[in-house]
Amino acid sequence: MFLLNLILILLAGGALAWLSERMGAQWPRQIALLVVLADLVYFLIKIAKIPVANFALTPNASDPSSWLFAYKAEWIPRFGINIELAMDGLSLILVMLTLVLGAVAIVSSWNEKNDRQGFFQANILWTLAGVIGVFLALDLFLFFLFWEVMLVPMYLLIAIWGHEGKAYASMKFFIFTQLSGLLMLVAILVLAKLHHSATGVYSFSYFDLLALDINANFAYWLMLGFFIAFVVKLPGFPFHTWLPDAHTQAPTAGSVILAGILLKTGAYGLIRFTVPLFPAAALEFAPIAMMLGVAGVIYGAILAFAQNDFKRLVAYSSVSHMGFVLLGVFAWNSLALQGAVMQMVAHGFSTAALFMIAGALQQRLHTRDMDKMGGLWHNMPRMGAVALFFVLASLGLPGLGNFVAEFFVLVGLFAVNPWMAAFAALGLITAAVYSLILMQKAFYGKPNENLKVADFGSLEMTAMAVMIIGLIWLGLYPQPVLDMVQPVLNSLYIETNTVPLLENRDVGLIESVNLVGGSE
Amino acid sequence: MEMSIPVTISMGSQAMLAPLVLSLASLGLMMQIAFWRHSTASWVICCVSILAAMLALVPMSELSPILVTPILINDQFSLFFSFLILLSTLVIAVLAKDYLQNKSGENEEFYLLLMLAGLGGLILVSATHLATFLLGLELLGVALYALIAYPERGHLPLEAAIKYLVLSGAASAILLFGFALIYAALGTLSFEGIGIALQSVESNDKDIIVLMGTAMVFTGIGFKLSLVPFHMWTPDVYQGAPSPVTGFLATVSKGAIFAALLRFFVDGQLFQYQGLLLALSIVAIASMLAGNLLALRQSNLKRLLAYSSIAHMGYLLIVLVVCGVQENAQLALESGSFYLAAYVITSLAAFAVMTIISQHEESDDIADVRGLFWRHPLLATTLTIAMLSLAGIPLTAGFIGKFYIFTAGISGSLWLLLGALVIGSGIGIYYYLRVIFAMTQTDSSDTNTVYSPVHVSLVAKAVVCLLVVLMLYLGVLPQGLMEYLGTLSV
Repeated sequence: MFLLNLILILLAGGALAWLSERMGAQWPRQIALLVVLADLVYFLIKIAKIPVANFALTPNASDPSSWLFAYKAEWIPRFGINIELAMDGLSLILVMLTLVLGAVAIVSSWNEKNDRQGFFQANILWTLAGVIGVFLALDLFLFFLFWEVMLVPMYLLIAIWGHEGKAYASMKFFIFTQLSGLLMLVAILVLAKLHHSATGVYSFSYFDLLALDINANFAYWLMLGFFIAFVVKLPGFPFHTWLPDAHTQAPTAGSVILAGILLKTGAYGLIRFTVPLFPAAALEFAPIAMMLGVAGVIYGAILAFAQNDFKRLVAYSSVSHMGFVLLGVFAWNSLALQGAVMQMVAHGFSTAALFMIAGALQQRLHTRDMDKMGGLWHNMPRMGAVALFFVLASLGLPGLGNFVAEFFVLVGLFAVNPWMAAFAALGLITAAVYSLILMQKAFYGKPNENLKVADFGSLEMTAMAVMIIGLIWLGLYPQPVLDMVQPVLNSLYIETNTVPLLENRDVGLIESVNLVGGSE
Repeated sequence: MEMSIPVTISMGSQAMLAPLVLSLASLGLMMQIAFWRHSTASWVICCVSILAAMLALVPMSELSPILVTPILINDQFSLFFSFLILLSTLVIAVLAKDYLQNKSGENEEFYLLLMLAGLGGLILVSATHLATFLLGLELLGVALYALIAYPERGHLPLEAAIKYLVLSGAASAILLFGFALIYAALGTLSFEGIGIALQSVESNDKDIIVLMGTAMVFTGIGFKLSLVPFHMWTPDVYQGAPSPVTGFLATVSKGAIFAALLRFFVDGQLFQYQGLLLALSIVAIASMLAGNLLALRQSNLKRLLAYSSIAHMGYLLIVLVVCGVQENAQLALESGSFYLAAYVITSLAAFAVMTIISQHEESDDIADVRGLFWRHPLLATTLTIAMLSLAGIPLTAGFIGKFYIFTAGISGSLWLLLGALVIGSGIGIYYYLRVIFAMTQTDSSDTNTVYSPVHVSLVAKAVVCLLVVLMLYLGVLPQGLMEYLGTLSV
């Protein structure tokens, strides 16, 4: 029930926050923050009770009881659909990220004068509930349900509280995700049908479907159905065009959740579903996927450099950074994969923080145009310093989480395809260019003495401090995260995997993981 | 529909209680109008008799399956759709009361016509013979001609009624000609008889006559279901008819006709014609794409729903094509029934909201629902859920319906149709979201615009809540209905 409770608390909390609007406009945000923090505490208490040794166990992908937590209840027996939730190290980290960034998102909109606070906060909590559902669901029907349902509150967040271009942006966001989701639905249903043909009963259970023997040609098409759905969400080149619009037009909290958490559902899907369900097809497809990854890294960086709009720049930088995730997943070795997971967490923190700064600037200056900014460090030294930190993190300064992530991906990729790695490494250089331009235009330069704006308050600084500590921790001592994820990645890519290529490639690289942390 | 288990022929009134109740009640209502004009009394009689007919389904189900005379059947399938039709008719009757109160003129006959049209629907879903099929179709159609033009003196309803009268009349004529050709070739008009006769048809020219007859029957039904290329009347009639009648047309009329078609198609074993399946596939793809594309640019809500209904009928046709392979027929029947139920309930909800709003606003423009979220949250939430359900978003009935159609299509390996379904659904999201988007917006520029406050009577509120609960119930806990539909047999 623990896993279900995590979701139910957020759902109920959303309803409560909505209702509390009647008591006063300040109530919804306080209740929303309390609910998320309560959920986080509940989560941490449960996690703390797990014996440490269990984390090192490799979860058996065909047996949910070997996972950290598992929950199963019958739902629609006609089609063998269950409410099946389970948590392993990977989903644990992502759920934690979701809850932390969820709290940050609520704080980020604390002082914004949004109408209808109640419904606003309710939508934030419901989006979080949907995302956590995505990270936990192991029944593919349930997974698809969460995948789609989290769109609706996010759509409302953009459509109601967005900026000037919200109609276009919200529509584009919804249609891109929904249409690609339908392809995934077809692929999921074909899998269930194959299970029906093989055994006589429908099943949507991840564990049952992993065991399916799928005709290679067929598997390739099904893999594409999943791949497109996840890559649209990631977003990978050339399916990224919804992202700059949605991120720019969303209210601050919406941008924080979109960039920090929602994009990670795509990456999670690739790691959890696309590769393990169709290992052979995914391996065959890997060169194309990696090319898309490299294209995303470079193209995103170039476009980011060309932007005047603060939020748009950060949005395109996300396209570039998430390209590394795609590379990491399809480089097909555990080091690059570790890097991809690290990137998910590190990028979550750094981009969420940058969007929070962008939102704070827009609220204070009523513009996102960097040409109209300049010298803001003088007016808001605290915000300037924080921005500098996250800009440096984002460009990959050694010692911070993003560097570790991108370095791992590049090293892993180099073993597979040196040329591809060389091109992807260009992304690190261009990242420095656009990140520093952002800093230069907005915070340095001649200050406007007449500008009277409030600096970050203590609540905002607390949220920022959480993310700063997170990034430094990931940068200096990433081993706990790697230890948490490694057994999961082993199980996904090796135990369920019949492709022998992987292990041959992997030998030297697993040792290099240990060089970084030395966890033996 | 079940032919393999023995079916007793009975003239017992218990087996056809619901249609009988409704027939007697319409006679009663007619007498009431002749002697004492009172619209509230007529409304009460109408609602009570529909409720009584719904209750009558309980004793009817005790006897099912049973053949009542060779032309009507009482089985699981007919009971399910009878319930759906009566429920929809009741909802429309309840909503019509408030709507008609704001219009001038006498309203008593409206309820009479509504009951007759509902009766036509009941006969359609119980038909096992082309004669009853036609009887139900015409009872439904003739009542609808009058209903479409009923309360208004404006030119739009009249235009709509004339259009529907002429085109529907022409469609019925084509349909009849088709029946005649089938009878000429096979010498029988009962569904089952046609099925048996078709198996023994060998001579080629006989086969061609049957095929032509079938094609004409499908043309006629295509008109009534507004499938491409027979869809031209739909937007005008939807727009011109009073909102409750549009709701009736979209739910009861289409649902009953499709249910009857499903029975005819399966019992008459028409699925063995590969050419017919091909034609159905083409019509389905054309309907899905054209319906969705044409809906994109509509600014009138009723026209938008008209085009969307064309697309939804296209989705439903996939079910017929799936029947082409015998082992999938059971799943196809289940899918079609669930989808129809979901579609009927969802459309009812959408039209319920529109009926309530159109009592206050003259047009049915999307602009009329602007800011509805903040003016009337209940109506806005209902319309939002209805739109999400039509778009097939999870947790709503429409999603499970679409899930069924996908599953059925995959079982039949109909990849082309599934592709059209994906593309059509993708396009569809745009216009459904436009409605939702409009409801969330407030005009900050002209805050002076005063929207007339929306007053909703308690009964209407209850009906709307019921529909919301049904949409969500079928979306979240569909197992109960799935189990029931699983017992439907071919």
